[in-house]
Amino acid sequence: MNLHEYQAKRLLAEEGVPVPRAIPAFSVKEAVNQARELGGPAWVVKAQVHAGGRGKAGGVRVVHSVAAVEKAAQELLGKRLVTAQTGSQGQHVAALLIEEPSSIARELYLALLVDRGQARMTFLATREGGVDIEELAATRPEALIKLVVDPRSGFLPFQARQLGFQFGLDASQVQQLTRIMQGMYRLALKLDALMVEINPLVVTSDGRLLALDAKLVMDDNALYRHPESDELFDSTQQDGREITARQFGLNYISLDGNIGCMVNGAGLAMATMDMIKLHGGEPANFLDVGGGAAADKVTQAFKLILSDTRVKAILVNIFGGITRCDLLAEGIIQAAAEVGIHLPVVVRLEGTRKEEGMALLQESGLSLITADGLTDAAVKAVAAAQG
Amino acid sequence: MSILLSRDTPIICQGFTGKQGTFHSQQAIAYGSRMVGGVTPGKGGSRHLDLPVFDTVVDAVRETGAEASVIYVPSPFAADAIIEAAAAGIELIVCITEGIPVHDMLMVKHYLAGSSVRLIGPNCPGIITPGQSKIGIMPGSIHRSGKVGIVSRSGTLTYEAVEQTTRLGLGQSTCVGIGGDPLIGMSFVEVLALFEADPQTELIIMVGEIGGRMEEEAAQFIQSQVRKPVVAFIAGSTAPKGKRMGHAGAIIDGNAGTAAAKYAVLEAAGVHCVHSPAELGARAAALLEG
Repeated sequence: MNLHEYQAKRLLAEEGVPVPRAIPAFSVKEAVNQARELGGPAWVVKAQVHAGGRGKAGGVRVVHSVAAVEKAAQELLGKRLVTAQTGSQGQHVAALLIEEPSSIARELYLALLVDRGQARMTFLATREGGVDIEELAATRPEALIKLVVDPRSGFLPFQARQLGFQFGLDASQVQQLTRIMQGMYRLALKLDALMVEINPLVVTSDGRLLALDAKLVMDDNALYRHPESDELFDSTQQDGREITARQFGLNYISLDGNIGCMVNGAGLAMATMDMIKLHGGEPANFLDVGGGAAADKVTQAFKLILSDTRVKAILVNIFGGITRCDLLAEGIIQAAAEVGIHLPVVVRLEGTRKEEGMALLQESGLSLITADGLTDAAVKAVAAAQG
Repeated sequence: MSILLSRDTPIICQGFTGKQGTFHSQQAIAYGSRMVGGVTPGKGGSRHLDLPVFDTVVDAVRETGAEASVIYVPSPFAADAIIEAAAAGIELIVCITEGIPVHDMLMVKHYLAGSSVRLIGPNCPGIITPGQSKIGIMPGSIHRSGKVGIVSRSGTLTYEAVEQTTRLGLGQSTCVGIGGDPLIGMSFVEVLALFEADPQTELIIMVGEIGGRMEEEAAQFIQSQVRKPVVAFIAGSTAPKGKRMGHAGAIIDGNAGTAAAKYAVLEAAGVHCVHSPAELGARAAALLEG
């Protein structure tokens, strides 16, 4: 689960990480009030969306009057901000952060995340903040400094000293950096965070370190032990169908194509998308109905796929392991009756009681296209979508 | 021969009397797995599926001599269950549970580092040596004893590879589902090493996915250590970037997390790559005949 900048910075501040003076605003009126509260002569108005690249997309504006704050708030709130990371739909702007400007002498990058390969918490840092860190990792990996945290000791100050002096910070700044890194580490453990990122971490012209922007990702699997995450969750930042899917225990991701997919198992769901593309089509979604897909789940999955008006054909690809194909076929027939499907549906069943399942589908009178094998299914789905 | 699991391996189940534990233990017993008991705290001393139930894994190991354990306990309690099994001397732990918090798995990985305990999973279908024994949720009926070793990060894609190799008469030596989570126990490399040393295994099918660096590490290992032919498929060529893994993995890995990058290093290591999972069996058959 992603947090907004204003939430991440508030949580970091509670752990002793210095952040600029700032107040979130959820309406134009609030934006004006917060600007007055902070005082001038200048303000930064920052759109709060779960995506990077806001600056270049016009989502971060430096203004010099309360009237200009009001105008910026009117232009941003309730709109969709399209950045390099959002896709063409953009992200809804429901909140702003009104912030005091900082005078920046230098920008650094600092993140704490879980390194899968090492199975360790790891700090990642570069001398250049505000950069596109993924691009840097790809083009100049030598510029990335990694500090692995040993779980026996936890994070220790010597690691911050190593990094700080290497970056050419003075002794007082190294002390500040130590407190910042300790705060990030405490916060990551406290919140089950997969990533805590400060980008940029700035050195101000009077020599102070300040977290200018921050990002925090909480582990979805651990939310059950963080009741505070309910308040931090922002449904406006998610695809509506993805939220619905989660309520029904389905794993759904919206894509740009026109072939709706219903598959059991994440790996097979991904492979099904790959095969559609391999045979010249475009998948409309990733959808894993999970193991033991029952009739009501299949019904919900059909509803979800059909709510996407771009979908021109549906591919159902099931490998019945413990799940019996005949029961699944009954689920499909029941769902088709309940939902009323008027698009071509290609069904491929494999595994336990496959023949019985296929027979049921053929006897149902539904205009289903049955497929034998993965390739046949993909080819037929692509043909059906092309009409 | 086979790897990790044979008909003689004594197995217990943690979460034995729950719905999942009960159903899959019944299936395992029917398949021929040597189930010797189970653990459900508070139900020690009773019997379930005609087997003894214990309060703790230590009790179960002492009374039954269990060497392997399969875990079906819910995700909030799974890390505790894994370490309980390891602490009690279980050598092969198979964790089926999905959705274990990453920080819990960091602790598990730290605990197991340097020990001889083998953890398969979590979030995996388990392991099967066809005709002998199975630990996990895979359908036994699609498997046949044979010469292909299968290792996979995905459950249903493992079944695809199994179905194809069975249909083509190749069969399987052992199939290991290592799990789809970012932090898991046994890696591709560890399982590949076992298949390379196993006389029954003549060819290895490896099914990877986007994210992480395990396939890249496997490619390096195959190039230097594996003489047997390896056929590979990587799922997720068309998956949108950053959608599920967020930025964290991508940053650490540079460009190494994509399917294209994984295919490139595997091809370079001499692995026979297929771009459709439907071709796994046919490619394996062609290599074994050629």
